[in-house]
Formats: sequence, C-alpha cells, structure tokens
Amino acid sequence: MNMHVLSASDAQRDPAWRGRIAGAIVALLILWPMLTQAEFKPWILFDAQSLQATGNFLASFFPPAHAPDFLQMVASATWETVAMATAGMALAMAGAIPLTLLATDRLSISRLGRHRSSPIAFACRHAIRWFLIVLRSVPELVWALLLVRIVGLGPTAGVIAIALTYCGMLGKVYADILESSDDAACDALLRNGSGRLGAFFYGALPDASAELVSYTIYRWECAIRGSVVMGFVGAGGLGQRMDESIKMMAGGELSTMLLVFVLLVAAADGVSALLRRRLD
Amino acid sequence: MSFLLQHISTRHIGAAKNAYALQDVTLSIKQGEQVALIGPSGAGKTSLLHTLAGALQPAGGTVQMFDIDPWTAAVGVRHAVRARLFLAPQTPPLPPRQRVVNAVLAGMLPRWSLWQALASLVKPRDPAAAYAALARFDLQDKLYARVDRLSGGERQRCGLARALVSNAEAFLIDEPLSALDPTLAVQTLNVLLHETRQRRATLVCSLHQVELARAHFPRIVGLRDGRIVFDAAGSEVSDAMIAALYQNRQDELLVPAGSDVPVDDLDAGPIPRC
Repeated sequence: MNMHVLSASDAQRDPAWRGRIAGAIVALLILWPMLTQAEFKPWILFDAQSLQATGNFLASFFPPAHAPDFLQMVASATWETVAMATAGMALAMAGAIPLTLLATDRLSISRLGRHRSSPIAFACRHAIRWFLIVLRSVPELVWALLLVRIVGLGPTAGVIAIALTYCGMLGKVYADILESSDDAACDALLRNGSGRLGAFFYGALPDASAELVSYTIYRWECAIRGSVVMGFVGAGGLGQRMDESIKMMAGGELSTMLLVFVLLVAAADGVSALLRRRLD
Repeated sequence: MSFLLQHISTRHIGAAKNAYALQDVTLSIKQGEQVALIGPSGAGKTSLLHTLAGALQPAGGTVQMFDIDPWTAAVGVRHAVRARLFLAPQTPPLPPRQRVVNAVLAGMLPRWSLWQALASLVKPRDPAAAYAALARFDLQDKLYARVDRLSGGERQRCGLARALVSNAEAFLIDEPLSALDPTLAVQTLNVLLHETRQRRATLVCSLHQVELARAHFPRIVGLRDGRIVFDAAGSEVSDAMIAALYQNRQDELLVPAGSDVPVDDLDAGPIPRC
C-alpha cells in the first residue's frame, strides 16, 4: 500500500523541473564569462566623445546623394549584388537539395520497423552531415578572400563563396525542417513500398514546402547582405562602392546605398510573404 | 499463404525492456482471407498489423509475408514485399496541404517511376482511377479539394480510397471506422469487404465495433494484453468470449492494491481458446 502512495506522489512530480533549473543555472554561468570576454561595455556608446562622433557622421548622411550618374552607378552595382546573391543561392541550392535528401533520416528505408538505419547508411548520412558542417563553418568572407586570390577580383569569387557557405547552411536547415515536420505521411508511403523520392514528393514536401520556401528566401536576403560584405574585399557590387564611399567619408553616398539596402531586404520580405501565401 | 507469424513478440517503441506489445503470437492468414482483429485498447492490434506489414521488426519469433521472411531478406527485397501490401494507419496519413487527387494517387507510387510520380504532381496521371476509388466512398466531389478542407470522416475514407487505387495483394487496415457514423461505418466496411473479395486480396482489419466484426467477418482474432485470446470463425464467436475479452476493462485501473493478481493473468484463466 505504502509503495503505491509513494509512487503516486512521485508520479505527480514534473520530471522536467530539475532539468530546467539546472539548465538555467548553467546558461547563466556560461553567459557571464562570455560577456566579460567580449568586453561588453555598452555605456561607452553614450560618453560625450562617442556621441559627438556619431552626431557628425549621421549629419553627413543628409541629404542622400542623388546625382544622376551616381544613381546610375548605384543601380548597376545593386544589380551586380542581387545577381551575385541569386547566382550564389542557385548554386548553393543545386548542391544542398541532393545533399539534404541523402542526409535526412526521414527517407531511410532500412530504418523502417527497426528505429535505426543500417550501419552503412548511418555512416553515409554522418559523412554528409560533416561535409555540410565543413562547408558552412568557413564564413563566406573567408571563402571570398581565398577565392579572390584564385579567380581574381570580381563577382565570380563572391558567387562561389556564397555557393559554398550557403550550401552548408541550406543543407543543414532543410534536413532539420524535414525531420521536424510530421512524419506520418512520409512513413506511411515508405511502409507501403514507395521509393524514397516518391515518399519525399508526396509525403514530406507538401507539409514542409512553405517553411522550406520561407527559409530559402530568408537565406537569399542574407546572401544579398553577404555579397555586400564581400564587396569590401573586392568581390564587386554594392559593397565595393560602399567601401569606396566610406573611405572618402561621403556620408550622403553611404546613406543612399543604405536606403537601397533597406529596399532590397523589404523586397525579399515581400517575395517571401507572397510565396508563402501561394503555398498555404 | 499471405502471412505467417510464429511465436512473435514485439516491444513498444521506446518502452522498457520487458514491456511487450505482443507476446508469443502465432497466426497464419491465407491469401484472400478476411480477418477482423478485436480487443480492448492497448491490446496490441496496431502492433500486430505493423508486424504483419513488415513495418515493425519483432523482438522474437519469425514473420513470413508471401513466403518471404522480410527480416532476414535484404533491405531491397523487404521493401519490394511491402509494395505487395497496403497498411492503412488509423489516423489517415494525408498531408493537409495536398490535394485529394494526389493524396489518393499516392497509392500508386510503388508502381510508378520517379518521373511518372513527378509528372503526376503537375498533371494527375490517372484522375479516373482516383475518381472511381473516391466514388466508392461517396467522395467523388472532393477529387480536387485540398485535404485540409475534408472532415475527419472524409479524410479517413480518403485514406481508404488510396488503399483501393493500390494494387496490393493484402490490405492491413487499422480501425477504418473510428471517425464514421454507424451508417457510413457499415457502408465503408462493405466496400472494403467487397473490393478485397473481388480482388482475391487478403483483408486484416482492426475494429472496435465488435458487432460489425461478428456480422461481417468470416474470421475473428481476439487480442488482449499482447496475446491472442481466441481465433475463431465469425459465427462461432460467442457473447461469453466477447465478454471475457473485454472483461474488467473499465475497472482495471481500480484493481485493489492489495490484490496479487496482475491484470495480465486474467486471460490465462478459463477463457475459451479456439
């Protein structure tokens, strides 16, 4: 009898509670040294000298540069940036989609009914996951610096750099999205003898497509930002123009380009919303 | 022979080592037989269907599907055997955003090449077959509707329409009537029985509606606590056998703590085994 009473009060205790408390303490213990290590001192922003410098720089932003030949140059640089980001993304997707299909456990046939896949399949999946980790652990800026040495100055280096890093990111997140979506549809098709890709297109994709598209567009937006950063190391596009303007302390030119930038990101957001609505 | 299970035991997914969903189950089902699986919730009906379908590897015992042991065969052979049967889970596994026509035609995937499957997503490859299958369940108007526009009962029948477009030799169907009203339940069951009889396909169907099982199925297997309690012709199943099968189900959680009789031992008593 007593044992039953004890086990009843045990059963009412939330088993996750201790873990949550421990997790919170560990997070604090880790976070604090990190903030000190990073020399996080936000009050520096507000001392008199910094406010003066900020004020001067911001004042030079107005009015934004709007000479016709400058605008034309910005337009062509913007186009170059968008083209670099888009071409890089297209190449990244071309690599990431097949790698995802190979890496995801969801499409494993050997795991059916056993809750683990065969050792060879497991090894292959992990090898691909490691390949994706290597691709994305090198920042695109570093790839660009390396590639500028190889293929020379210009957008080619930027395109390849984006393709390499983003292939790693897309492959990982695509696989995660597939694995976190509902597995019933895909599993049912596999259990009835469908092939992997058939089960993917009829079982997994309909549920995951909106999320996959929205993540892809978001990454395209990131690629636009990334290609600007790479412009600073000579990969062309808006970034290279921005670098020149900063060096000349031309605040007006900088503010025009930043405005273009805001518009580009807003446009990416609009495209994403449009596509999501279409898919929903 | 469609299925032959010998001394099968299976474990619950992620459960403790000694928690068995099925224990020492031996069962053979000939091609073309129609079998109802009945028993209280948690008796192991779903585990048994999954074991028959090669979707769950048993912890002990041997399985034969169409005279092939799927778990000693190569992965490819096992998967080819799966294409010869159709396992319909209790919750219809249809992606909400998919159109009904694609959800139904997905039953043909094992027969299609990848290109045929992709082309069918652009322009449905055999809408007539999907229409005919849906019409058997009075759902033909929903051919181009989206799955998330269907009610629970409509989804369940849509899942069964997918079963009909497959050319499986055996249908393993988990509680096909759970979301249907009594009239629809009888109609739906009749479609399944008629279609499988016509195709000389095997039908194994788990049911909660004991009376429907007794009225329509030539053979009934009663399961409780992972064991086969009886396996008899539908006409030979007596009220006493049913009562014993479902005995104490409502009260089992209130078994007095002092009693030393575990619930598992109840069916080891004088319950008729056929």
